[in-house]
Amino acid sequence: MLSLFILIPLLLLFILNLPVKFIRQGAFGLVGLLLSVQILAALLHSLFPWSAFPEILGSFFIFSLAVDNLTLVMLLTIGTVALVSLIVAASTIGQERLRFYFVNLLLICVIGMNAIVLVRDIFSLYVFIEIVSVSSFILIALERNKSAIEGTFKYLMLSAMATVFILSGIACFLLAAGDLSFVSIHSAFYDPAASFILKVAASLFLCGLFIKAGVAPFHGWVMDAYLASPASVSVLLAGVATKISGVYVLLRLFGSVFIVNAPLQNIILFAGAFSIVLGALAALTQDDLKRMLAYSSISQIGYIILALGCATPLAFAGAVFHFFNHAIFKSLLFVNAAALEKRFGSTDMNKLAGQGYKMPVTGITSLMGVLSTAGIPPLSGFWSKLIIILALFSSGRFVYAGIALLASVLTLAYFLVFQRRIFFCKSELQEPALENPGKISRALGFSEISLAIITVVTGAVFVFMPGNWIMPLKGIFW
Amino acid sequence: MVNMTINLILLFALILVALWTVMTIRLIRSIVGLALTSAILSVIMYRLHSPLAAVFELSVCSGLISVIFVTTVSFTQRISKEKLRIRRKERLLKFWYLPVILIATAVMLCQHLLTPQFTLPLLVPAQGLGVRDLLWSCRHLDLLGQVVMLLAGAFGVVILFKESRK
Repeated sequence: MLSLFILIPLLLLFILNLPVKFIRQGAFGLVGLLLSVQILAALLHSLFPWSAFPEILGSFFIFSLAVDNLTLVMLLTIGTVALVSLIVAASTIGQERLRFYFVNLLLICVIGMNAIVLVRDIFSLYVFIEIVSVSSFILIALERNKSAIEGTFKYLMLSAMATVFILSGIACFLLAAGDLSFVSIHSAFYDPAASFILKVAASLFLCGLFIKAGVAPFHGWVMDAYLASPASVSVLLAGVATKISGVYVLLRLFGSVFIVNAPLQNIILFAGAFSIVLGALAALTQDDLKRMLAYSSISQIGYIILALGCATPLAFAGAVFHFFNHAIFKSLLFVNAAALEKRFGSTDMNKLAGQGYKMPVTGITSLMGVLSTAGIPPLSGFWSKLIIILALFSSGRFVYAGIALLASVLTLAYFLVFQRRIFFCKSELQEPALENPGKISRALGFSEISLAIITVVTGAVFVFMPGNWIMPLKGIFW
Repeated sequence: MVNMTINLILLFALILVALWTVMTIRLIRSIVGLALTSAILSVIMYRLHSPLAAVFELSVCSGLISVIFVTTVSFTQRISKEKLRIRRKERLLKFWYLPVILIATAVMLCQHLLTPQFTLPLLVPAQGLGVRDLLWSCRHLDLLGQVVMLLAGAFGVVILFKESRK
């Protein structure tokens, strides 16, 4: 049954490329339906435990896949963000051919991401990380202009370095464990003779994953890639693609494969705190909205990394919850950026200053995203940050808890400046000063409202969530 | 003991040739270095009882990829000797730390590897299933991943090359 999360999108990919006109015309609808089914499957698993059904193709294919609470949260996040990205693409990509290519590449990316969260073998994990990366390269370069090619090139180069690190790490894991399944590698951590090779393997693997996740100081590619991408691709990359291929893998490895010791914990904590502070300080000085959001992403990923470094079950649950929340509110902010770009033809905040009051839906939903990112109660971002900070306090990491708390104030500062500049004041300049003014579609407005509702509702019903959703995540943590 | 010595010599040669590949200023020399690296790697793979991987490495990495690189280099233009001299100097200044890091890493590794309780698992030849059996019998998911990767590559070629010509 689990293999269907990989095989159905693959089958749909082949069907879409049949030389039949009406199938190509309905590509957006078919992929949208598939992603909606994925969201429902992840949400309704507790009522209808589909993972307990035997593999339909089990006699033909041997796939070592498994599902747990972490996987369910990831499948839900992938489905939601990919669906939003699809809706944004329908509204923002003009050429019919490019839209069709986008749908195909999105499907390939979804196959890769679904497989990453389902596999339990480190080499298969690597194969599907590469699939997500390759589809992301092509998606960034979709419009083939100079900045798109430059953004792709930077991502490609740093990703190639990450590949070298990850593959070398895998080779060392194979030497130490003799097998590449998560269980075997976890067992090898108890063997003192393999300790040195495992340390080398873990270090190499972590360097590779930090590049993929865009954690500071390995974040060189993030800004150019997000800035140069079409709006729908920015949503996909910032919302879920880079997080699944980098941050999720870190969560999985720290949760159920590695045995974390004090030096490793200190390195991870420092990397997380550095990422939070650097991202927040850099975001303060940006004039381009997408670039500011990219730096904000680096900062928010830092919170997840910080929680991983804390290495307690509570911190782990907080990290997964913040992963989900960040995917939603960062997608919302990138959809807002797409709406502004569509309407005013630019994401430069100097040009957009005082124009946003003409877009009340974008303004209000953007405020929801901003407040949630800054961790203002009762929005979703507040609860996940609170869990992380409480976990840091309870494990005696007071300095890191203080840094996380103060960085939230910085986050609020740069986002309020953005909100005030664009939405809360009227410009003296006339709108025609901007290039290509256009109207945003209903689909784009629907995406904004839906994501804002998820952000508000997740925060509002949080009191019911710990028992059902958040704390069971602790169970994955060894 | 003799086997181990030969393997260590081959590994040392591999690192030297790989370093030369990335440090040389001329692209053609880089390509030759890359081909040599692959050839030495093939010998190591053959000695570790993986003939299929060795043949693949030799034919694809050492042969086919070198041909593609040489074809690409034939489209480039030669730079003047003066510029070449300046670039070489700049390169040395820019990457002076690479040999330092390499030597430091080698010293650290040697210190650990020379301890009596450490054994080199690298010298254990491949056992059990062959590459072919392993791929077709045990790693179906990875094969499926390769199919998806090829599809992604095909879309990349269409979007970046065919579409840009239009």
